[in-house]
Amino acid sequence: MKRKLHELAHARAGDKGDTLTLALIAYREADYALLRERVTAQAVKRHLGHIVQGDVRRYELANLHALQFVCERALDTGVTTSLALDPHGKTLSYALLEMVIEA
Amino acid sequence: MILASQGELDYLVLECLAERTIALAQLRKLADPAAGYDPLLETRLRALLPLAVRHGFRIVTNMGAAHPLAAGRKVMSLAQELGLHFKIAVLSGDDVLSLLEPDMCTIEARGAPLSEYGTLVSANAYFGAEEMLPALASGAQVVITGRVADPSLFVAPMAHAFQWRVDDWPRLGRGTAIGHLLECAGQVTGGYFAEPGLKDIPNLAQLGFPWCDVDAQGNGVLGKVPGTGGAITLRTVKEQLLYEVTDPGGYITPDVVADFTTITLRESASDRVAIGGAGGRPRTPTYKVSVGYRAGFVGEGEISYAGATAVARARLAGEIVRERLRDDVPDMRTEVIGVDSAHRTDYGHAEPYEARLRVAARTATRELAERVGAEVEALWINGPAGGGGVRRYAQERIGVVSLLLDRSRVRPRVTVLEEDRETQAA
Repeated sequence: MKRKLHELAHARAGDKGDTLTLALIAYREADYALLRERVTAQAVKRHLGHIVQGDVRRYELANLHALQFVCERALDTGVTTSLALDPHGKTLSYALLEMVIEA
Repeated sequence: MILASQGELDYLVLECLAERTIALAQLRKLADPAAGYDPLLETRLRALLPLAVRHGFRIVTNMGAAHPLAAGRKVMSLAQELGLHFKIAVLSGDDVLSLLEPDMCTIEARGAPLSEYGTLVSANAYFGAEEMLPALASGAQVVITGRVADPSLFVAPMAHAFQWRVDDWPRLGRGTAIGHLLECAGQVTGGYFAEPGLKDIPNLAQLGFPWCDVDAQGNGVLGKVPGTGGAITLRTVKEQLLYEVTDPGGYITPDVVADFTTITLRESASDRVAIGGAGGRPRTPTYKVSVGYRAGFVGEGEISYAGATAVARARLAGEIVRERLRDDVPDMRTEVIGVDSAHRTDYGHAEPYEARLRVAARTATRELAERVGAEVEALWINGPAGGGGVRRYAQERIGVVSLLLDRSRVRPRVTVLEEDRETQAA
């Protein structure tokens, strides 16, 4: 069965220069293992490849049932010089939640 | 104000500096030597000073921005005007613009030297809790700083109150986690969290701001004043804990390298979350320095289309503007608000009823930036059918890059203001 991350998790975007952070937090503790298996750094890079020019690193936070994605060169040269309407990339948390996984 | 009067606080911290704020404040200071601190300082402190006296809390703020000493003097004159006796301590010395060399390398992705960036306008080192301790030890009821790492504004009162050593890494790590949770105020009490039907938050309009009751070990309980809006739950705290963190196992501040991967969270009561367990390792030998530079100009224009084929007409309009400015303004992007401006794709969602073209471009001069909006405005006459609601903008951009500077090269200074006297505390 295919499911959107939006059904399984909530997310928060953050910014540091040209680096975007995306926290993906399971609503239910039981879904953390599934997220950990399916939402790999490579999968996120594929899903956001048209925005994220650099690498995606993933950190696992079992204590929070959360995954943290750190995306390099993702904010069109950086918050202060970006041409984007949303230069911080704050709306991008919901781009991650558009991702569909096999569940 | 509710938090200040009903929170039973020992310390009230106002964190008011975003990444670029100091650079903009520095430009104001260049235009007016008495300016350069946060423009809201007077309004906020006028309201808070009497409450600080009545309820016995101390105020800690980075509203000094590019000119902390001028901010301190302003607050002193405010206190005198209100007939209140205040001791004020000011931390300065974070302005390190004079120490920069063109060949210094930035820590941004490519590590390019400063000489590759435009004219520098500001450079501020992020101070930590240690630099603030003499200010707190002076007994001042108001502590004003320039650039200080956001969590450190909160760690300093903890370290002062509990007499933590500046190399007590575990306690500094735990205090840093709490400071990080508090630094965006309402973002941990349910602000920036709500999604109707899925993540509902009660009474957001009257959002309560957070307090944290911290113990001598650096563990704490987050809460808010009863009756205020918002919510403190595991979910709101988790989102805030990871916000802007690029390495959860090694969160670098001037005080410590904190580890958030061992944190434990527990809902101890309604709107109460207990936090503990963060780790800490020795701090780095350098200060991070945020450098502001002139980054050229940006011109923007927007125009709306609605009804059948709205998106197709918006796209055609974008192509026309791009073609007309191709030679003079090559660094341009066009997008349709309502379709792909935020995520550069619509991920297959259905087409909207209305669409708004947005054109934005980086330019070397203000004149070229103005032309971007002018071309969008010309779509009223020379573009596709039915466009309206043009808005245009052109402004100078101040960019920010970072570098690392050895601690020994920077001299923090604390000035204590009392009535008409100014003395150096450190």
